[in-house]
Amino acid sequence: MTRATALRRGLVPWLLPIALLAVWQVAAKAGWLSARVLPAPSDIAVAFWTTLRDGSLPHHVGISAERAVLGLIIGGGLGFALGLINGALPIAEDILDSSLQMLRNVPHLAIIPMVILWFGIGEEAKVFLVAVGVLFPMYLNTFHGIRSVDRGLVEMGRVYGLGPVALYLRVILPGALPAILVGLRYALGIMWLTLIVAETISASSGIGYMTMNAREFLQTDMVLLGIIVYALLGKLADIASRWLERRALDWNPSFHTGLEAA
Amino acid sequence: MMVPLRAAAPSPEVQDQATVAGKGLELAFEGVTKAFGDVGVLKGLDLVIPAGQFVAVVGRSGGGKTTLMRLIAGLDGPTGGAIRIDGTARRGLQPDVRLLFQDARLLPWQRVLSNVGIARDPGWKARAQALLAEVGLAERAGDWPYVLSGGQKQRVALARALVTEPGILLLDEPFGALDALTRADMHRLLTRVWRQHGFTAILITHDVAEAVALADRVLVLRDGRVAEDITVDIPRSARATGAPRLAELERRILSAV
Repeated sequence: MTRATALRRGLVPWLLPIALLAVWQVAAKAGWLSARVLPAPSDIAVAFWTTLRDGSLPHHVGISAERAVLGLIIGGGLGFALGLINGALPIAEDILDSSLQMLRNVPHLAIIPMVILWFGIGEEAKVFLVAVGVLFPMYLNTFHGIRSVDRGLVEMGRVYGLGPVALYLRVILPGALPAILVGLRYALGIMWLTLIVAETISASSGIGYMTMNAREFLQTDMVLLGIIVYALLGKLADIASRWLERRALDWNPSFHTGLEAA
Repeated sequence: MMVPLRAAAPSPEVQDQATVAGKGLELAFEGVTKAFGDVGVLKGLDLVIPAGQFVAVVGRSGGGKTTLMRLIAGLDGPTGGAIRIDGTARRGLQPDVRLLFQDARLLPWQRVLSNVGIARDPGWKARAQALLAEVGLAERAGDWPYVLSGGQKQRVALARALVTEPGILLLDEPFGALDALTRADMHRLLTRVWRQHGFTAILITHDVAEAVALADRVLVLRDGRVAEDITVDIPRSARATGAPRLAELERRILSAV
């Protein structure tokens, strides 16, 4: 492939979005589109720049990210631990699994009214909702991953003298890792979704608060800016988890080709 | 301690025996039975395999070959009777017994060297590297298992089995999935390491030609009993050329299966 064709291949996918942006810009500036319906792309850029300069955008993004990460650590960690325990000990599975499966079917956003009653509209409410949201995908995938580890490899490990701890660390956990990382990616998606909803309903800071506040004053450019920031943060989390998968699953040929093609 | 009866006295071929003596362990079965529910798979096995002997076990599928192997490895316990290794009755997994599986069962997430040194005993890296050199794969130590061919995977598995110098090596049809040329290579390699390390080898196979090519002695397992106990009294050097006696032995084994 020559450099010219490589360049063309790189550019072609961008043509349509750029054209749409151009049309949008012209339509907004010519007055065909009311700024209340859809502000011009340039207005959003200006909003981005001013909020960046006065520090309000980094402030809100920072708070949102903190809630997201805290919720992910608590809920994801709990789901991971439960998955490990239930995957390893049949007794734990008997006691816990069916209860967890029942709870899993409750849409976690449906408990928002209860959460507000329990925690008010403080930080705990948001972190709690995110934690509940990410717990189940982490739990299910970790559990499933541990259960689907090749029995033959476990048997080999036993014959070759691995004790329970070595067997767990060197055979079972690495074997479950692909499924665990799939769970993490699901969890990251749910993490942002939950946070958006929680911050829009009750918050005094964060990106969700920023957009809801802007809506009160009909600042559509700020609302769109918030949406774009959410999208970028989601994409960032996805890139991070893909990087982690590539690092951790270097040994997996199907994974290799999958990533190279993606 | 009861002295186990010898079911058959193998005639040792002195010039053909393992060169390193004393590392292999004697294996004895005393009235060993194994049943799964009401179904008896092994129905009274009395057998002595002397230290360092190479024994092949042939038989139809469902004849108890794999059950026998799992009992020796300690993956299952016998329903009745006792299995003695080096004179003492054993139960549970044995550190001096290693098993080569049908599929190589390498850990895909560990590189070749780490697979060979799976137990991580002190000084495992040097040992593992030496064993890899012995099976001709020294330069693949840093590779992931998925880049290896089927034959190479089995050679890595062989190095892994030998790294702890087992007294008994069990081979559960390890060459069944390989092509004829690779299989012949593996036969030569196995014979070489058996001579060098001196372990007692027990090969399970459905391939009668493979059994008489490799073993000192062939056991035919039928209906949970040893139906035939045949000594392969042909020097290994003469086996590759297809001696007439070899064909006769093969016929005899096939008719017994």
